[in-house]
Amino acid sequence: MNCVVCNCWNPTPSTVSRPAQQALRHALGGTGAVIEIGPFLVRLRSRLESVASAVALHYEGQLLAPDTPFCDFHVRLDRTRGIRSRWRPLARFYLDETSPFKPLPLSQAYPLFEWGLNWCIAQHGHRFLMIHAAVLERDGHALIMPGAPGAGKSTLCAALSLSGWRLLSDEFALVELATGRVTPLPRPVSLKNAAIDIIAGHFPSATLGTRTHDTTKGTVCHLKPPADSVERAAETAAPAWVVFPRFETGTTDRLVALPRGQALLRLADSAFNYSILGARGFETAANLIDQSECFELSYGNLDASLGLLNELSASRP
Amino acid sequence: MTPATQLLLTTLRQPESIRSRSLAELDLLVRVARLASLEARLYFRLADEQLLDELPERPRRHLEAAATVAGRQHEMARWEVSQLHQALYPRGIPIVLLKGAAYVMAGLPCARGRLFVDVDILVPRATLEEAEHTLFANGWMTQGYDDYDQSYYRKWMHELPPLTHIQRKSVLDVHHTILPPTARPKPDPGKLLSSAIPLADHEDIYVLAPTDMVLHSATHLFHDGELENGLRDLVDLDALLGHFGREPEFWPALVARAFEMDLARPLFYGLRYAQAFLQTPVPEQVTNDLSRAGPARPLRPLVDALFHRGLAPHHWRCDDALSSTARWLLFVRSHYLRMPLHLLIPHLVRKAVKKRMQDKPQPVLELPR
Repeated sequence: MNCVVCNCWNPTPSTVSRPAQQALRHALGGTGAVIEIGPFLVRLRSRLESVASAVALHYEGQLLAPDTPFCDFHVRLDRTRGIRSRWRPLARFYLDETSPFKPLPLSQAYPLFEWGLNWCIAQHGHRFLMIHAAVLERDGHALIMPGAPGAGKSTLCAALSLSGWRLLSDEFALVELATGRVTPLPRPVSLKNAAIDIIAGHFPSATLGTRTHDTTKGTVCHLKPPADSVERAAETAAPAWVVFPRFETGTTDRLVALPRGQALLRLADSAFNYSILGARGFETAANLIDQSECFELSYGNLDASLGLLNELSASRP
Repeated sequence: MTPATQLLLTTLRQPESIRSRSLAELDLLVRVARLASLEARLYFRLADEQLLDELPERPRRHLEAAATVAGRQHEMARWEVSQLHQALYPRGIPIVLLKGAAYVMAGLPCARGRLFVDVDILVPRATLEEAEHTLFANGWMTQGYDDYDQSYYRKWMHELPPLTHIQRKSVLDVHHTILPPTARPKPDPGKLLSSAIPLADHEDIYVLAPTDMVLHSATHLFHDGELENGLRDLVDLDALLGHFGREPEFWPALVARAFEMDLARPLFYGLRYAQAFLQTPVPEQVTNDLSRAGPARPLRPLVDALFHRGLAPHHWRCDDALSSTARWLLFVRSHYLRMPLHLLIPHLVRKAVKKRMQDKPQPVLELPR
C-alpha cells in the first residue's frame, strides 16, 4: 500500500493481532502503555493514531502490562489546544508536566516521541556514561560507532543489525560505570533521507515504519529493531572496537587506526554526560578506550564498509 | 493538601516512611520530587538515615542520578565563584554570595542535594557599574535582552539583567539589593553588607549573616511570582532554621532584624508555611511576636488557602480544583508587590504587545537525534 500524500512506500502491516491492537490503543488513551526499552520503563499516553500505529509496529515485543507499578518516564504526546491548532495541528511532547520542546507538526508526532525519549534518557541516565553512538555486538564484543549527525552511523547501524550483528542501540552507548560493559537499548533505528531507500533496497526483509517528511532532518523513517535484539535486551557486551565513521561520497572505504589519546578525546566529546560524571566519566571512558581497538572509517560504499567491519570482528575470536 | 503532596512532605520529614511504600507510591514520589527539584534533596535525606538500600533499585537510580547532577552543579558553582573572585578582587569589589552558591560555599546543611544553576551575588550599589564593566571584560555579558528589557532592569529592578559567560554559558545574577526599589518594603542593603560574614578561606567573599540569610530566603519566596520551586525554597528555609535555630539567641535576633529591615511580613509567611508543610520547630514566642506582622486575621484563611496550593509541587497529582486559580492570584499578587500599578500596567501592556508583534522563536533545546 502506498502513502496517499507522496506515493512513497508504506510500512508492512503490523503483525500485532487485532485484539492486542485494541488493547494497546485503549492503554495509550487511558493510563498509558508501558514499554520496556532496555534498562528503562516508559509509560506513554497518546490519543494520536500515528503514534499508536508506530508503537504497535515497532514496540510490539516490548509492551508490558499497563498496571506495571513503577515507570522511569511518564511521557505524553498530544495535540496542542487553542484556536491556531485548528488550521495548523501540532503535537507536543510532555515528560510528566514539563514540555521541554517546541511543538512540531502533527505528522511528526512519532519522531518527536523518539527524540523526546532521547532527551529523557540523556537527562536522567547518569548511572551510565552515555555516548552518542550506535552500538552493535557480535560474539560478545561490542562495536561502538560515535558519530556526528550525517556521519552515516545510523545507516551502518541498520545495515549491520540486518546482517549478523546484534543491535544494542542506534543512539546511545550506555556504558555501565560499575562494570564498563555496554547495556542494550533496543529501539527503532532512525533512518534519514537517502539512507531509507538504501536500507530498503539492500534488505527487502527489513520492517520500516511510515516515512515522515519535512522534519528538520528531512525525511525520517524508523527501522523496527530485530526480534533477537529485543529478546536479548538484558545481555550486556564488553567494548571491543571504537570506530568513528565519516561518510564522504565517492571515497574509498578504509579503516585507519586512531591513536588512543585522540580516540579518548573524541569519545568524550560525543558523550552526553561526560562532564556531569566528572572523574568517574573520565575513568570509564579511559577504560573503554584501553580495552578497545580504535579506528576512523572513511565510508563511501555500504557494502565495502560492511565488509571492513565484518573483517574486524572475524579477526577477533 | 492532596495525598501526592503529603507523600513527598512525609518522606522529607520522616524518611523511614519509605520502608512501607509500594512501588506505585514510589513512582508518584519520584515524579513529584523531580518536578519540585527535590529529588537530590530526597537522596541525601535517605542517605543520612541509611535508608537508600531500603529503596527498590529503579526509584533509587533516579535519586542517585539527581544527586550526581547536584554534585556537578556544586562543583561548577565553586569554579564560578573562584572566577568571580579572580575578576573582582583586584578591583576591591567585595562579593556577597546569595542562595544556592552561598549555601554551598558556606558548607551549610541545606546545600546537600540543592539543585541550582545560576549563581547569585550581591555587590555594593556604589561598585555596581565598575563590577559590570569588570565582569564584561572577563567574559560575563547580557545576552538576548533588548533595549527596553535592559532599561527596565536597570531602572526598576534590584539586579542587573542576567549575565551569561561567553565561554562557559554560566548565568550570573548581580544584585545590588534584595527587593526591587519599587516594592513597598525597603530593606537597607548597606545593613546586609555590613553584617555579612567572610568565608573562612576566601578573601573578600562573604555570605549573609544567619538572620539575613533566613530573611532573604523568605523574602525571595514570598515576593516572587514564580512559585514553581516554592517548595524547594521552603525546604531551604526549613533547613536554615533547623541549623541556625539551635542557638537560642538566634530567634529573638531574627524577629528584631525582620522588623528592622521591614521584612517581618515575608518572615511571618515563611515561618507559617514552613511549620504547615514541614513542621519546622518555631518557638511560640516568635510566632506571637510576628503575629502583628501578618495579614489581618479574617484574611488569614484565604491567604492560607492560596499558599497551600501555590507552594505545593506544580504537578497535576498535587493539584485540586482551585490550584490553578490560586496560582494565578499569587502571580498577580507578586506583580502587585513588585511595583505600584502606575508602573506595572504600562510594563505589562508593553510586554504583552511585544510578545504578539515579534514571533521570535523560543530557544529550542538541542535534541540528540
